[in-house]
Amino acid sequence: MKTFKKGGVHPAENKIAEKAAIEVLSLPKRVFIPIGQHLGAPAVLQVKKGDKVKAGQLIAKGEAFISANIHSSVSGTVAKIEEINDTSGYRRMAVIIDVEGDEWEEGIDRSASIKKECTLSTEDIIAKVKEKGVVGLGGATFPSHVKLMVPQGKKADVLIINGIECEPYLTSDHRLMLERGEEILVGVSILMKGLRVTKAMIGIEANKPDAIEHLQKLTAGFSGIEVFGLKVKYPQGAEKQLIKALINREVPSGKLPIEVGAVVHNAGTALAVYEAVQKNKPLVERVVTVTGRSVIKPSNFLVRIGTPVSELIEAAGGLPEGTGKVISGGPMMGKALISLDVPVVKGTSGILLMTKAESKRAVVQNCIRCATCSDACPMGLEPYLIGATAAMENWEQAEKERVMDCIECGSCHYICPSGRPLLDYIRVGKIKVGQTMRSRSQK
Amino acid sequence: MNEVVVYSVISLGAIGAIAAIVLFFVAQKFKVIEDPRLDLVEAELPGANCGGCGFPSCRNFADAVVKTQDLRNLDCPVGGNAVMAKVAPIIGIEASEKDPLIAVVRCNGSKTYAPAKVVFDGPKTCTFAHLLHAGESGCPSGCVGLGDCVSACKFDAICIDEASGLPVVSNEKCVACGACVKACPRSIIEIRKKGKKDRRIFVSCINTEKGAPAKKNCAVACIGCGKCVKICPHDAIVLEKNLAYIDFDKCILCRKCAPECPTGSILELNFPLRKEKTSVNDEKVHTSASEKPLNSINESNQQE
Repeated sequence: MKTFKKGGVHPAENKIAEKAAIEVLSLPKRVFIPIGQHLGAPAVLQVKKGDKVKAGQLIAKGEAFISANIHSSVSGTVAKIEEINDTSGYRRMAVIIDVEGDEWEEGIDRSASIKKECTLSTEDIIAKVKEKGVVGLGGATFPSHVKLMVPQGKKADVLIINGIECEPYLTSDHRLMLERGEEILVGVSILMKGLRVTKAMIGIEANKPDAIEHLQKLTAGFSGIEVFGLKVKYPQGAEKQLIKALINREVPSGKLPIEVGAVVHNAGTALAVYEAVQKNKPLVERVVTVTGRSVIKPSNFLVRIGTPVSELIEAAGGLPEGTGKVISGGPMMGKALISLDVPVVKGTSGILLMTKAESKRAVVQNCIRCATCSDACPMGLEPYLIGATAAMENWEQAEKERVMDCIECGSCHYICPSGRPLLDYIRVGKIKVGQTMRSRSQK
Repeated sequence: MNEVVVYSVISLGAIGAIAAIVLFFVAQKFKVIEDPRLDLVEAELPGANCGGCGFPSCRNFADAVVKTQDLRNLDCPVGGNAVMAKVAPIIGIEASEKDPLIAVVRCNGSKTYAPAKVVFDGPKTCTFAHLLHAGESGCPSGCVGLGDCVSACKFDAICIDEASGLPVVSNEKCVACGACVKACPRSIIEIRKKGKKDRRIFVSCINTEKGAPAKKNCAVACIGCGKCVKICPHDAIVLEKNLAYIDFDKCILCRKCAPECPTGSILELNFPLRKEKTSVNDEKVHTSASEKPLNSINESNQQE
């Protein structure tokens, strides 16, 4: 079976919620919709306090090149427009809506029927994806329409669909591929049309044999789409690693996958594209896994964007006693939440509850220069060195050690026998070096 | 045998002589004429090379001093007026008296007033904690208390108080060099006038959020109500972005603002305790110090 060669680790998979079918979560009383849920510039507000909104209505417009539209996920009244806590406790502007009923904007098809035929042109597809605020649902939330606009002089020859879900615990993409497989494949063929390519490859890790089999059966009805089972290895779901594993091309440092003729979209994004183009439905809900060894009822919920995390935990049986950390995302790359009032955003793939014992960090000891982190790094970096330069706050040296190439997968942090917080150091290094690089390019 | 010694002595001697002559002319050609006062000035300076004056070393500062015509813009914060008074006669200019300065920590969100809601278990430095999360109390501008200022201080003048979790500046040791100001990722520390008898009054908060969210995380946050601005008879207080700031050049330490503050975010340092005012003329009866524990702090108990 194929996989990428350099580095990687294999943490315990713990896919506890993989058998739990997707449940529709009941509507919350109030939703908190941040206007910056995507990579790039925050969207510009289109509503004011007291406005009545319907589900699917545009409430903030992405005006910059890299930005995305934000739609209301519920119907009701705009109660407040104010700053709320994000996952790290800093304030972000958000629209707070009191839910009244469930009235949808006209023209949105919410029926379960599958519409296969797509007659739109490439330009119309891109416009539709942009209009409906679709962003990458794998976690990085890069606006999808930007990925479809291939820059001049470049040519895409293959579309890669990421159904890897290499993060331990998370199962949202797995359930989607099983339950909405056909719609995903229609979405894939729309994306192929949007990119003007004739070939699409779906990569799925071997720990999801049912999903591989299901999609392989379905692809018979679609031309140009092929499903590949890949060896289980973290971080195979990272763009560059997946390209390496599937088509054996290496994306150059600091460049995008289009450089080697590939474009990667997440399986969940393919579904969102299907809904946007065929059903006229904006991205207002997503599947979120609520899981953890202590969780009473590990589940996969279809959640409206803006629902507070506390409601999801309540629906999964409540907060278990002795919970140490609540993490947004998976255990490798996720971020510990500062409070349970934080809302679900477009990039929230899972909520992971860890007990006090599980979430306790290892005692930090000195680096013993064993180079295990260098072996584990899928980008071929030397994490111990970047960590040391960042700890000394020597950002220039960190830049020379190619800190910006780090994909923040956390393999080094996971594997370090001395328990050194390498990813923390590198993240800070990336923030600092990114700042100096931006100010340099402005000069 | 003897020949080897003789030849060696002669040849090495000749090389030495030639080199000496060349070096003599080179030295004449590239001679640097230094102001003789430079060494004298440098000898008077403290030699800490702290950078507080804005120059990278004491010698650079001395160089600027001997070249200048006006000493008003040059000041050694470590030596203060005493050193500048010694330096001035060397270059023959009058030294201007400057008010002594000191670093103040503009955050009073101690463990009591801004209790931790979460625990940060990443690398224990302020720069990292600031970039990775808002802070254990939830206040995005409050002190994270991990001591970047302590490690930046070359004079051992600042330490983290165990009980409150906040940095405390020593009145005697602080020379206002500004190293801690630069080290603090949240710009909480400010250089202010030391004040008569070390008496200072300042807003001990830099949170620019609106009242409700600021108060939610910290009991002694400035909520931007503007009461202090109204009461100040000297226009020394400005309110900007929900935050009051006392201009130390205008403030005359009348202390009228502190009792007005509903959250106690205006801090008074080293003042005598307030007396209960019962005179008929004064309509406002101020509470005694014991009832207003938030903003009456004496250096003695703060420095534990």
